[in-house]
Amino acid sequence: MQNRLLDVVEKSTMKSTTPNFEIGDTVDVHVRILEGDKERIQIFNGVVIGRSGSGSREMFIVRRIVQGEGVERKFPLHSPRIADIVVKRSGKVRRAKLYYLRQRTGKAVRLKERFSSTAAAESKAAKTERRAARAAKKAEKARAKAEAASSGTGAGA
Amino acid sequence: MRVGLLGRKVGMTQIYQENGVVVPVTVLECGPCVVLQVRTRDRDGYDAVQLGFDDKKRKSASQAERGHAKQVDAEPKRYIREVRQELPADVAAGQTLTVELFNEIKRVDVTGTSKGRGYAGVIKRHGFRGLRATHGVKRMHRHPGSSGPSADPARTQKGIRKPGHYGHDRVTVRNLEVVRVDPSNNLLLLKGAVPGPNGGYLTIRQTNKV
Repeated sequence: MQNRLLDVVEKSTMKSTTPNFEIGDTVDVHVRILEGDKERIQIFNGVVIGRSGSGSREMFIVRRIVQGEGVERKFPLHSPRIADIVVKRSGKVRRAKLYYLRQRTGKAVRLKERFSSTAAAESKAAKTERRAARAAKKAEKARAKAEAASSGTGAGA
Repeated sequence: MRVGLLGRKVGMTQIYQENGVVVPVTVLECGPCVVLQVRTRDRDGYDAVQLGFDDKKRKSASQAERGHAKQVDAEPKRYIREVRQELPADVAAGQTLTVELFNEIKRVDVTGTSKGRGYAGVIKRHGFRGLRATHGVKRMHRHPGSSGPSADPARTQKGIRKPGHYGHDRVTVRNLEVVRVDPSNNLLLLKGAVPGPNGGYLTIRQTNKV
């Protein structure tokens, strides 16, 4: 019961949907930044090397190499400052935390690309799209039919 | 009326403000509370509202507790506390108060019983630093060291901090900011920590700090 109430509070501050990404993915993190009173979106690109926490406290770490220097940023997943997370490439990894990348430089940093899940996701997306298109077509047909019927009765009267 | 309610600590979490700032909050299940009795200056010598929170089984309540609750047609309560008033209270016995009372309130004081730590040493209890880890210190790493001078005054000063029972004390945290009031779930969100374990009972009052 105690936890139920905590869940209520946490749910209220969490995003309803979060982008689906995994450890080893190369992502673009869209961060909202305030400059004076103007807001703009800055993109931080890098490899997700870990996720931690649960509920509204979930965080993820993105690592990239800038001018030969490793840079890591840890983002709160549910923060309103995080506008979007776009997966650019999926990496094939066997760890939940890719801290070993910190010891590597140059070409060794690269991760093998993982195609299966992206391919699956793509085909799934395509499938839902097709399904939606079909449903829309069907609805249109039904509407046309109904219209025809109503106009027909109108003419009869 | 000085607003006050009884409640229970649910736990701590964090929520995001719209600008992305994270606020550490304590979630309290606050009310509904029944006014069991209204203390008046004429009869009791002071003004206060006696509140009850969380039902108790009739079977496990004493005859006196049952009778006291019955006067206002309520179940016996597990947690009963009074909230002192400067002016005669404008509530009647038997009335039910909910967390909506805090809608207009910005800051509150929270009173509860702190977590019991049992018999604790001086490092935990008073924040002493202990002795060194090396350089010949023998089995005295968490000791208080000296407790005063030697031949003069030839006794330990009163009030020297020593090991002893720590926690399970009445503690009040003042001036906590009200972050959110959620009447549908009887929840009150305060910025910062409050005394006691999760599930512990608390008294929440409008702050008297200015």
